[in-house]
Amino acid sequence: MNNLFSSIRPENKPIVIASFFIIAILLIGTGYTLSTQGTAPLLSPNYLLQQLQTGSFLGIVAAGMMMVILLGHIDLSVPWTLTAAAMMAASVGGEMALPTGIAVGLAVGLVNGLGVAYLRIPSMIFTLGVDSVLRGLMVAHTGGFAPQDQATPLMRYLAADRLLGVPVAIYVWAFVSICIAVTLTRTSFGRSIYATGNREGAAYLSGIRTRLVIIGAFMMSGVCASIAGVLLAGYSAKAYQGMGLPYLLPAIAAVVLGGTRILGGQGRYIGTLVGVVLIVLLNSVLSIMQMPEAGRQIIYGSVIVGMLLVYGRGSKVTS
Amino acid sequence: MDTFANKLSTSFRQSRGFYGALLLLIVIYAFYNILHPRGFSSAVLVQNANETVAIAFLAMAQTVPVLLGGLDLSVGAVMTLTSCIASELVSGSPVEILFGMFVTLLSGTAFGLMNGLIVVYGRLQPIIVTLATGAIAIGLALFVRPRPGGDIDGDLNWAVTNSLWDFVDTYQLFDPDATWFAPFAWIPVPLIMMFAIAILVWLPFRKSVTGRTVYAIGSAEGAAYMSGLPINRAKIAAFALAGFFASCGGLYLAIQTSSGNADVMQAGAYTLNSIAAVVLGGTSLLGGVGGAVASLVGACILRVISFYFRIVSIDPLLQPLIEGIVLLAAVSLGALRTLRVKNRLDLFR
Repeated sequence: MNNLFSSIRPENKPIVIASFFIIAILLIGTGYTLSTQGTAPLLSPNYLLQQLQTGSFLGIVAAGMMMVILLGHIDLSVPWTLTAAAMMAASVGGEMALPTGIAVGLAVGLVNGLGVAYLRIPSMIFTLGVDSVLRGLMVAHTGGFAPQDQATPLMRYLAADRLLGVPVAIYVWAFVSICIAVTLTRTSFGRSIYATGNREGAAYLSGIRTRLVIIGAFMMSGVCASIAGVLLAGYSAKAYQGMGLPYLLPAIAAVVLGGTRILGGQGRYIGTLVGVVLIVLLNSVLSIMQMPEAGRQIIYGSVIVGMLLVYGRGSKVTS
Repeated sequence: MDTFANKLSTSFRQSRGFYGALLLLIVIYAFYNILHPRGFSSAVLVQNANETVAIAFLAMAQTVPVLLGGLDLSVGAVMTLTSCIASELVSGSPVEILFGMFVTLLSGTAFGLMNGLIVVYGRLQPIIVTLATGAIAIGLALFVRPRPGGDIDGDLNWAVTNSLWDFVDTYQLFDPDATWFAPFAWIPVPLIMMFAIAILVWLPFRKSVTGRTVYAIGSAEGAAYMSGLPINRAKIAAFALAGFFASCGGLYLAIQTSSGNADVMQAGAYTLNSIAAVVLGGTSLLGGVGGAVASLVGACILRVISFYFRIVSIDPLLQPLIEGIVLLAAVSLGALRTLRVKNRLDLFR
């Protein structure tokens, strides 16, 4: 067993452990439902697909967030990028709804990238500022009330319908995932992200235009957030204030649980996928157990700390 | 005299950001009082001080981990947790009230200590640890107080949220109209508490070996280790101190509102604002430069900006937008640094 474990490459270790944890969650949840109701809804494909459908919004946000975290930065503007994209898409409506939403994400990502890459302001604080500007813009736009615009049929189709028995949202998630995974592993832009995240000075000296790389990563994060926003608006039939806030911290947690280093430069996309599935399943098992909100938060926090203690430990500073 | 001038110029050179922030605060607050119909009065100062205390404490709490080069995303949640605890305990006889305050502060400090122990002995990144422990703190707060509400001693609420005159009057310490007392009677109690804790807790900590080590770790952890500084002790102490400051904020919030409320949104907003206040005060997010007093000034700036909306007639719908733009512009001032850099490689961390 020990031998088997040490033969796994270090960057894959988190992924393997997190996968084991997913299985453990499924077993515990099934054990619970078998003992109380005598059924095993957790293992039915239909239930799992439904969970993954709601998880796809988180998954798309986390995919974008991962690009930024790989650079050693962070994107705290996700909540209102997501909301702004959803609101603008719903209020433009018609054919142009989807392009408008994505354009909002691109624009926000560009602003974030310019601030971080050219003004050299720590991303933590710059994206926070952009987030509050976006919030201000949306409050001014909607007049502070819940907007009355309905999501377009296309948005609803993408978020809530099924194709061949599988929710369309999962196809969208899969499409985004493939794009991100290919970008990270097969393009020079992807390799530049890893290089810049490891040591920006070295990357710059070896001829990588690190500023453009940073801008590109933030734009991808913005686009991912806006896609999630448009889908979420379609899922709940309209955009609403605060729809993005519940996605920020779980997205960061999913990326980190998947083995991406929060300081940048290391991490595989498959890990982020595993991290998202882990968080989605953890949430659904806790709601099956009818755990009160207090207990949920405590378990949620403890699981993240516990798992990181198993595999996320850094090396000791000795020089 | 000469040495004093030297000291002053050294201090000025070392903390340009802090003096800039202080100047900005004085200018915008003076201007606010000129515009305000009842400006430069004790009543206005008392009200403003009351609204500033909680965020000022949180900004101080956030400063200590930031000086290490880390970040504490749980300060808002710890404040929420401790305010919920205080709303259960701070009532009854004076002894019970004091005991309740003690337990409140102790629980916040203990939570910070736990953060520190996980960061040091678990060897994890502070930002992700505190993200998770923040969720735990909110969960505990919901356990303590599933519904908003609470019971706080009324006298205490009145005494600490008003001027010194009311404080003395409430507790019948001496005749509040005494002539010798008149020059101090107008000072708001919350302001005194804020500065008292900053001076009694932060300044001694800063001067101690542990406090110096916090700065050293933020500048260069490897060098701090090689110099034999107590790295682990400093990190644990930094997070415990952050927990203590956050619980001061929580205690005050509970006394001020006479209730506790386990509100996730509020906790998140306070955490994010505390980071903004730290940066406005001139503390570097990369660590090693700045201080809690500077963050206190930063928090005041953040609040004074929002006070302006009361006296300047702006469409209320545009207020959040203007607040956001001001915040973004303020942090963008940090970009001036890039103009001074001679070697482009210095831009990269």
